[in-house]
Amino acid sequence: MTETNLPEPAASGGIATPAPAVDPDAAYVGGEAVAQRRGMFAARGSGDTSGYGLLQRVVSLPGASARPYGGTFDETADALAAAYPAYGEAVEAVVVEHDELTFHVRREHLLEFVQALRDDPTLRFEMCMGVSGVHFPEQTGRELHAVYHFLSITHNRRVRVEVSVPDTDRHLPSIVSVYPTCDWHERETWDFFGLVFDGHPALTRIMMPDDWPGHPQRKDYPLGGIPVEYKGAEIPPPDQRRAYT
Amino acid sequence: MPTTDNITFEGSGGSDGAGGAGDAAAAGRRETTEGTVFTVTGQDWDSVVSGVADEHAERVVVNMGPQHPSTHGVLRLILELDGETVTEARVGIGYLHTGIEKNLEFRNWTQAVTFVTRMDYLAPLFNETAYCLAVEKLLGITEQIPERANVIRVMMMELNRMSSHLVALATGGMELGALTAMIFGFRERETVLDLFELVTGLRMNHAYVRPGGVAQDLPSGAVEKIGESVKLLRTNFKDTANLLVDNGIWKARTEGVGYLDLVGCASLGVTGPILRATGLPHDLRKSQPYCGYENYDFNVVTRDTCDAYGRFLIRLEELSESLKIVEQCLERLEPGPVMVEDRKIAWPAQLALGSDGLGNSLDHIRHIMGESMEALIHHFKLVTEGFAVPAGQAYSAVESPRGELGVHVVSDGGTRPYRVHFRDPSFTNLQATAAMCEGSMIADVVAAVASIDPVMGGVDR
Amino acid sequence: MGLEEKLPSGILLTSVEKLAGYARKNSLWPATFGLACCAIEMMATGAGRYDLARFGMEVFRASPRQADLMIVAGRVSQKMAPVLRQIYDQMPEPRYVLAMGVCASSGGMFNNYAIVQGVDHVVPVDMYLPGCPPRPEMLMDAILKLHDKIQDQKLGSQRRREVVELEAAAMAAVPSSAMKGQLR
Repeated sequence: MTETNLPEPAASGGIATPAPAVDPDAAYVGGEAVAQRRGMFAARGSGDTSGYGLLQRVVSLPGASARPYGGTFDETADALAAAYPAYGEAVEAVVVEHDELTFHVRREHLLEFVQALRDDPTLRFEMCMGVSGVHFPEQTGRELHAVYHFLSITHNRRVRVEVSVPDTDRHLPSIVSVYPTCDWHERETWDFFGLVFDGHPALTRIMMPDDWPGHPQRKDYPLGGIPVEYKGAEIPPPDQRRAYT
Repeated sequence: MPTTDNITFEGSGGSDGAGGAGDAAAAGRRETTEGTVFTVTGQDWDSVVSGVADEHAERVVVNMGPQHPSTHGVLRLILELDGETVTEARVGIGYLHTGIEKNLEFRNWTQAVTFVTRMDYLAPLFNETAYCLAVEKLLGITEQIPERANVIRVMMMELNRMSSHLVALATGGMELGALTAMIFGFRERETVLDLFELVTGLRMNHAYVRPGGVAQDLPSGAVEKIGESVKLLRTNFKDTANLLVDNGIWKARTEGVGYLDLVGCASLGVTGPILRATGLPHDLRKSQPYCGYENYDFNVVTRDTCDAYGRFLIRLEELSESLKIVEQCLERLEPGPVMVEDRKIAWPAQLALGSDGLGNSLDHIRHIMGESMEALIHHFKLVTEGFAVPAGQAYSAVESPRGELGVHVVSDGGTRPYRVHFRDPSFTNLQATAAMCEGSMIADVVAAVASIDPVMGGVDR
Repeated sequence: MGLEEKLPSGILLTSVEKLAGYARKNSLWPATFGLACCAIEMMATGAGRYDLARFGMEVFRASPRQADLMIVAGRVSQKMAPVLRQIYDQMPEPRYVLAMGVCASSGGMFNNYAIVQGVDHVVPVDMYLPGCPPRPEMLMDAILKLHDKIQDQKLGSQRRREVVELEAAAMAAVPSSAMKGQLR
């Protein structure tokens, strides 16, 4: 229970070498590198006696898939390319994994892209399931991802659209004008990640109190617990305990 | 109280209006630096009243909640009123925000189930199942979940759907004044909670559905007990139906209230009974089945009245449909494992009641200590470190009692979730409050919110 | 309370205390402060099977000004804490607080930025009830123990003396994490 056993806060990740700079155009070739892990058993701050101290692994999410995508995904991609003329510039990569289709779209084209998703009769994705934010602090230049899920009741299909923005410029267009349901979802993503949705009618905090500082679900925000007291002992809060990854 | 400090009246005693500023200004209003000045000459009080109404239209803003017996939990409704009519309705949420999604990033994939179960606390098994389906997708073991585990999952989910709809009917009734409906609803719910306690050990917030299957098999005697309870419930559901269906007062409070048609639902992303009340038979159990739902025979209940009464009837009928599915599950149960074959993922331990309380069953301990070294290693690694899930992201959705419950899981290849986001149906459905309530009376706001049936744990997470 | 002001202090108070305690405990009116899962178990305790009405607690008063007992049932978030305090302040004396569930008692499993780690950070608590959620029988047990506490509560100057003594004892007590030796 002494202080020296505590690992460094999760934010730094114990990484001494700088994270690989990600080239936006080649981001998805051979997998999307999002983080780097060093050593085994998450030994940080103290000596690593595991013998695996020099091990470096790059964590990558699945990369771009090649045609044919399989199932109904080819039709969806073709319909989108037909409905949205700037498809080639808008879409950075198409990933097909676990039977799910993901379009990685550049933020400038997002609004028209989702407009095509909703309005084109062969696509007709009427329902947007909201925005989910993800923060990859080591993916320089593309730290904040906004993930949108869409459902087409007419054609019984699902699709995912992902947009990545850098931490230095956390803006992306709001799709509330096309999908009013994203109103609260975008407010929640702003509240928790600091992603600013331009064009949102009222981008204010929704879950945290209005004057709360910081954006809680970012990786550089601590979990914020207190040490747990037992009779004769105390253990640190969950984010400062020993982790195995 | 209206403030009258900006209005001054002058009486000009009689209608002769002689002297002073002439006839035109003697009776009427003039603007001064201190506000409007009305000059009354007799018989023209109406002009003053209408003048006041124009100048100082009263904006009465009433705050309902967050602590209020009629708002479903800690929901804050900010209503702008014009008499009894609501001109603007805004919803304040976040009073139950627990930071569950962030907490999950510091727990194992299996420990995360215990957190996830407490989000939408009236439908805990749905939260667990949706999360486990997403994790199993990432692990790639969806096809390897044993048949018995899937049947048990379906059975527990349908029992949960019943208990959730019973609370919706009970609290909806209570909020509108039908306290007997509340007693009936909770009485039926106790029967279902007894079944939960028999199978999972807890009445609420069971961490029963785990990635790979379910935590434990049904105890002996459970199938008979569930069969008896189904018969009992089928008889008891008639009580609530007889009380409220075609009840004049109930219909007067709920018919035409909280109107939201298909266009409104689609644009607001509303799913569940509210969407089915518009006539669209959209149910994920039929359109995108999971856990073997395609093998069960049940109907998707719809109405086309788009109002609170329609939603109430849908929930009542969904209770009977769920009973049908539970009966089919009992018939489909075959002996078999309830956890996936892969010992590196399957939850190892089985709980049993011993002489000193609840703990690992002695059979399991004998197995890992005496029979198999590998089993001991698996047990140790799974309960300390947990299994690792390959990097990637997955989205899985289930049809919870309130609508589509979606889970977006991102893994970085480790033993802890990197990011889990729940698309909770109550969160999205509650956005429809303004559309449903503006223009109606305050009492209708209560009925409309009761028909949305939001669970604030899911809304705020 | 009016009774305490009208009685001469210290004289013949014992039997009056017993009578006042008896009357107070048998007609405790709870204020609705159901927040999360524990609220559902609280409602179940008030419903048909585990009937709270037999203890005089049928009427869950919506207005805190008419209530004596606030059962804080559920997790209190940072946004809700001022509201909790406001409701507590509106309750007239004698008032009691029962922290139902681990989230209300100590923050429970949610040791993070969003949850107040125990409502005793916000209001003074008379009874802590662990459980996640506590069964209706556990809630009734906690209420009955609270009844015992109310029955034995003193009035007037005796009460003031008792409060001072309790506070001095609490300030001098050893905190849990510093306890050594036999940890039973």
